[in-house]
Amino acid sequence: MSIEWKSWKELPIGKIIPEPATTLKFKTGSWRALRPELNQDKCIRCLLCWVHCPEPAIIRLEDDLVKIDYNYCKGCGICANVCPVHAIEMKMEGE
Amino acid sequence: MKGRLIGLNGDTAVAFAAKQANVDVVSAYPITPQTIIVEKLAEYINNGELDAAFIPVESEHSALSAAVGASLAGARVFTATASQGLALMYEILWIAAGMRTTIVMALGNRAFSPNINIHCSHDDAYAARDTGWIEFFAENVQEAYDLTLQAFKISEDHRVLFPSIVNLDGFILTHSLEGLYVLDDKVVSDFLPPKEPYNPIDPDAPKTYGPLDLYDWYMEHKKLQDYHFNHNVPPVIKEVFEAYADISGRHYAPVKTFGLEDADVAIMILGSSAGSVRHIARQLREKGRKVGVISLTQYRPFPKEEIRKIVKNLQVIAVMDRSISFGSPGAQLYMDMAAALYNAKQKPLMFNVVYGLGGRDLTPDQIIQVYDKAEEVLKKGEVEEDQIWVGVKE
Amino acid sequence: MVEAKPIKTLKDIPRKELFAPGHRLCAGCGIPQVVRFVMKAVPDPKVVVNATGCLEVATTIFPYTSWKVPWVHNAFENAAATASGVEAAIKTLAKKYGKKGYKVVVFGGDGGTFDIGFQSLSGMLERGHDIMYICYDNEAYMNTGIQRSGATPKGAHTTTSPAGRVIPGKQEKKKDLIRIAIAHGIKYAATMNPAYPVDMYNKIVKAANTSGPTVLHYFTPCPTGWYFDPSRSIEVARLAVQTRIWPLYEYDHGKIRITVPVKKPKPVEDYFKLQGRFRHLLRPENRWLLEEIKKDIEENWKELERLAEVYK
Repeated sequence: MSIEWKSWKELPIGKIIPEPATTLKFKTGSWRALRPELNQDKCIRCLLCWVHCPEPAIIRLEDDLVKIDYNYCKGCGICANVCPVHAIEMKMEGE
Repeated sequence: MKGRLIGLNGDTAVAFAAKQANVDVVSAYPITPQTIIVEKLAEYINNGELDAAFIPVESEHSALSAAVGASLAGARVFTATASQGLALMYEILWIAAGMRTTIVMALGNRAFSPNINIHCSHDDAYAARDTGWIEFFAENVQEAYDLTLQAFKISEDHRVLFPSIVNLDGFILTHSLEGLYVLDDKVVSDFLPPKEPYNPIDPDAPKTYGPLDLYDWYMEHKKLQDYHFNHNVPPVIKEVFEAYADISGRHYAPVKTFGLEDADVAIMILGSSAGSVRHIARQLREKGRKVGVISLTQYRPFPKEEIRKIVKNLQVIAVMDRSISFGSPGAQLYMDMAAALYNAKQKPLMFNVVYGLGGRDLTPDQIIQVYDKAEEVLKKGEVEEDQIWVGVKE
Repeated sequence: MVEAKPIKTLKDIPRKELFAPGHRLCAGCGIPQVVRFVMKAVPDPKVVVNATGCLEVATTIFPYTSWKVPWVHNAFENAAATASGVEAAIKTLAKKYGKKGYKVVVFGGDGGTFDIGFQSLSGMLERGHDIMYICYDNEAYMNTGIQRSGATPKGAHTTTSPAGRVIPGKQEKKKDLIRIAIAHGIKYAATMNPAYPVDMYNKIVKAANTSGPTVLHYFTPCPTGWYFDPSRSIEVARLAVQTRIWPLYEYDHGKIRITVPVKKPKPVEDYFKLQGRFRHLLRPENRWLLEEIKKDIEENWKELERLAEVYK
């Protein structure tokens, strides 16, 4: 279902949002100034970054490796901070 | 007249109606003069006569909040309050209507403090008039019973989906024993099958109820609600009144008139006093005075078109209010009438009468005083005093 | 209904996310971790009732919602009352019409729980509704711009308890939510902290598997309101526990247990110096307040140890 309503006449009754997870259309990745860079080779699959990411913008893969979802990552740096092996480095966006 | 003739006071009649309506959840906090409603329902439930959850909430604000939750979950919900209790739940009134719940609330009309007063004024009924709730006024215990039943059917109709208030005058109706015809349980349950909720909470189809609107959508949401309220509600009310007439023999209408076929002047009044005024009007008409009475069963949405039609041949209306709105150009019903008629092609002279505050009786003397004043205005051809008070110790 | 399953390691945490990114909570906000965990730990089907506050506002700006479960927002002070209505309706509709039941979970901030929502919560606890109540406590009214609440700790700077020249921050102690909740006779209540995720997850599981009202009190680091670099959220959270400022304990059917013992507490200064809202306490002229706070922390911890002994 589209959430691209144009007129009051099209709106759902009761002022509800009739679909789940529509924030997926709102890419908060544009917020960040710092960007996490993950070195897969260092990753020990502890999953701490996945657990603590507030968006969540870290995707847990099949084998418990992780991937960063840059569509939503706000660059808070928690993942780099909690990684016990410093596999994630925060770099300035655009570098 | 269909049904069984019994004697009940207004509160008990309303509770009895809610029981016959087989409500699912009752969420209410006691306040005079509505306490009997709450007590009666608790009794029905604990005696197994009504299969419903009774939530003994810790305040009126929580009463309506819980009612909203229950209605969104798909339950048929009933609550009741008065005066300060309504004032306490005020912010939730808007939410209950805006989120399109189908709650039915009985309001035992009672004056607002200060000073604390437990008797009848229409302050609470009027306080709700902006909020998007459908509002009915009962003139007697029979009407309180009938309107409660009809309110469920109207509110839950998928073309409506707005909550309803049934107003009944505090003590005058809530605590007075009157004879009324009650319908058989089976007749009521046929008239009111279990609620078919619209978009209820459903984990298989998850929705977000009550999100935040920024300035880009708030106005459109309001517009849709306003459109539905004004366009969808009145026809459904008429439909339900018709259907109820079939099963009860009692036919309700949004506006009640008496003597308007030849009246020059009329009193317009809400609630139980309408009966008193009609009684006096009958006496005066026997003496040859051309007087009439207008009262509203349906107060919100305001029946503007019907009012414009019926006042066509009137010269003067005395609009009586059992409340005041400090600093306003008139009390509440007067303002409603003035707005409704300002642009009408034919409109009578109108003046406002404040009466009955805090349970002050409206006596035959006062009613005659108002009719006298109306005829005086008719003779003068103009309204010198916009607002007068009757019954106050000068 | 299905039982919630405890975990041994983080790998046991279910993979499915019922909370979508794209919400507008601050970078580094501590709230999402508890939301994600609750959404994973509490078995479906469930509904969330949310009080007005950071979580509600940032995750449901029309037409965007982060929620994949039915989610209800009514007003600020009535999440517990609204949830009570939902719960009563669920029970009745199941009984009368065989409708399917589902679990009710409430999220409220410290504002909507300790202060304006206090009465509503108390009523819900007293009536014994089967509802899980999670208070995400960022220790001030953050959504309206960092004003003090009953949960703001002593000494903290907020805009309505500013660290001024004459009065250096909030002078009152933090209200004790868990003990107030327990006084209502409920069966399970616990404190949680994001830096201890296994402890946290398993408490959510225990609460989910306890019928009747349960209260979870979650320490929520707030970079915006506490003035620290967002990347250090979990660091700050860990220090709160290690300084004994935020004891991790649970009340479980009459027994009180400190779930993360702190034998050698770290100095309180380590926690305070990381956050702008406390830095004034490290100045010499405020030493008296710092000492008072340290004494409060000691007394609170001793009292907790005593209670854990008495209610073993």
